[in-house]
Amino acid sequence: MRFALQPHLIPEPLLSTSQLTYKISEIPTIPEPSFNPSFTFNPNLQRHLSGKQLLLEDLPFSLEEIQLHYQNGYIAYRPALKKTLEKYECMRCGTKDWQWFASYPCSRCGENCVYCRKCIMMGRISSCTPLICWLGPSPQENDSGASEPILHWQGQLSQGQEEASRHVVQAISTSTELLVWAVCGAGKTEVLFKGIEYALTKGDRVCIATPRTDVVLELTPRIKAVFPGIEVASLFGGSEDRHKYAAITISTTHQLQRFYHAFDTMIVDEVDAFPYSMDESLQYAVQQARKPHSTMIYLTATPSQAWQRDCRVGKRQYVTIPARYHRQPLPVPVFLWCGNWEKQLERNSLPSNLKAWVEQRLKQGKQVLVFAPKIRLMEKMLPLFRQLHPKTEMVHAEDPIRKEKVGLMRNKEIPLLVTTTILERGVTFPNIDVAIIGTEDAIFTESALVQIAGRAGRSAQFPTGDVVFFHHGRTEAMVRARKQITTMNQQGLKRGLLDR
Amino acid sequence: MNLFREKNCILCHAKIEPVVTWTSVFLYQKETLICDPCKSRLERISGEICRACNRPLDKQYSRNDLCLDCLRWEEEPEWQGVLMQNQSLYLYNDYLKEVIALFKYRGDYLIASVFATELAGKMILGSFDWIVPIPLSQERLYERGFNQAEALIVQAGFSATHLLTRLHTEKQSKKSREDRIHLPQVFQLNPNESYPIAGCKILLVDDIYTTGSTLRHAAKVLKANGAREVHSLTVAR
Repeated sequence: MRFALQPHLIPEPLLSTSQLTYKISEIPTIPEPSFNPSFTFNPNLQRHLSGKQLLLEDLPFSLEEIQLHYQNGYIAYRPALKKTLEKYECMRCGTKDWQWFASYPCSRCGENCVYCRKCIMMGRISSCTPLICWLGPSPQENDSGASEPILHWQGQLSQGQEEASRHVVQAISTSTELLVWAVCGAGKTEVLFKGIEYALTKGDRVCIATPRTDVVLELTPRIKAVFPGIEVASLFGGSEDRHKYAAITISTTHQLQRFYHAFDTMIVDEVDAFPYSMDESLQYAVQQARKPHSTMIYLTATPSQAWQRDCRVGKRQYVTIPARYHRQPLPVPVFLWCGNWEKQLERNSLPSNLKAWVEQRLKQGKQVLVFAPKIRLMEKMLPLFRQLHPKTEMVHAEDPIRKEKVGLMRNKEIPLLVTTTILERGVTFPNIDVAIIGTEDAIFTESALVQIAGRAGRSAQFPTGDVVFFHHGRTEAMVRARKQITTMNQQGLKRGLLDR
Repeated sequence: MNLFREKNCILCHAKIEPVVTWTSVFLYQKETLICDPCKSRLERISGEICRACNRPLDKQYSRNDLCLDCLRWEEEPEWQGVLMQNQSLYLYNDYLKEVIALFKYRGDYLIASVFATELAGKMILGSFDWIVPIPLSQERLYERGFNQAEALIVQAGFSATHLLTRLHTEKQSKKSREDRIHLPQVFQLNPNESYPIAGCKILLVDDIYTTGSTLRHAAKVLKANGAREVHSLTVAR
């Protein structure tokens, strides 16, 4: 679409006479009409657009009405694509890499338009596209009896959780950044409750973002249950809450790309998880979605090496929960050399120490989770494991009945499950031993290994479990992962968070 | 230098490992746009096909080398010989459905280049007088930002001649076959162009051949204005 400048922007379709028009990306500074407090704005438009950045196509309102809100200072038009010298930048997803841009002869502006291919699934952004955001007042939450407690939770925080929870409240009260580094099974979610309650009482809009849809699905009922009087929007690809304006938003980091300066408190769960850690546009989305003056809380069991360094040298505010809520130490992985296991697989045999280890567990009737680096090799392993127990199964990301198999494992109907790294986080099987075959593979990063080791001994009934890394040459990642786990155990002991 | 730079598949965005051989160093080579796994998911049309519409023939639903659908078209005097022959590159399988949806509805123009070389081959073969894209209505054109048929022609390195225009109607993809065949004529000669049509051999281009109704309606206008032969070319069948 093209705009005339006189002196404010007027979209071409609304012009009555023909005059000079421009693409929005060609206009150096977009004029913003001053705010008119006596203008009666459309509350539906307000709820739809507040805290968002949307395309005209996403707005079920007429162009005339949108323009009227712009003229009265309630809406801003921003260029969706910025050109700097010879580089382009998508203002919605933050992409700058030239490989993601292409051009086409555009019938909306009559010129060649550059467009972003990275976020095209959310509607195409090109050099003549305006992004539309709300500048007017935020919708007022109807305070239903402010004196009533918001948080309905009877549980008890562990000593470690209690301390972290205090830090979270502190960070929210001062709008600062905080990393909560909590070991697998520490109970991260509960640590947020007090903080969220505090944020809501001071009228904040809260967002919990995570890279993984299954975390959104798991978190939503838990948050709704402890904040029964509060509106909660749950956002993931294809969810129905897309246009809901809520006090608490639980969202995948992907869906945050539609938000702009929306949240006073932003909580990112599993910061180190794929694809958030790899994809700069998702990190950009989180930054765009929070207000310029806002709280940022990161939750993870496995911060990256760079973040760990920042914590050590004091460049990053953080709090650790080094012990699980059941007060038992984390299982420390054991390294066992198993020779050239790939070659042995080619000859249809399992490494003898792995075989013996698995057999022993099957004999005791203990469930085993085995991680492997490649699907192709897992397929070779499966019949060999089935010789040990016929009910052995394998799962990977593309497995159509992956959920069913995980369910069977949880019901103890599968004694031995072979998996890729997809089960490295988020799943809890109460009483299992864990092994990795081929731990030297590059896919097993430090954080992947800590997460995998964290699958064992999670429940209070069965707080222990064996973790063995079968390898053909130990790697830096293995050593670091073990170090991280033992350091956490030492810390837990020192702080009196462990029973032994 | 493009030689050693890693490229990404324009469909799945996975890295394409550059194969560096003496040939690739010394001889100019065609650019690789898509990776092998994506390439293998496109199913080329082959084997016994309908001579009119290019669809793979099922013995049960064909007579001689004509599918029953084409037979029905050709039996009606009104439609007989209107469309000489259709050619298509690939079967409209689930994968191609996704690709074309991304191209057409999401508006990822670059995807047209995936089919450019092969379409170009078919465009030369018959040496046509005009290569004509199936037009979009003004409203639809604005909504999509570009005409997908025109994009295919331009990316193949030919120029698109806009002999036709289209009235605004409901989306084709929402109609049944019966509705589509007994459609009122939505195409007309483009009043702003005055290319000679009489005696010409014309190639119509579109993204998909579904029932053949769109292409036949467009061909009919051209035939009525004196075109000698009208052929068609689509990416999917």
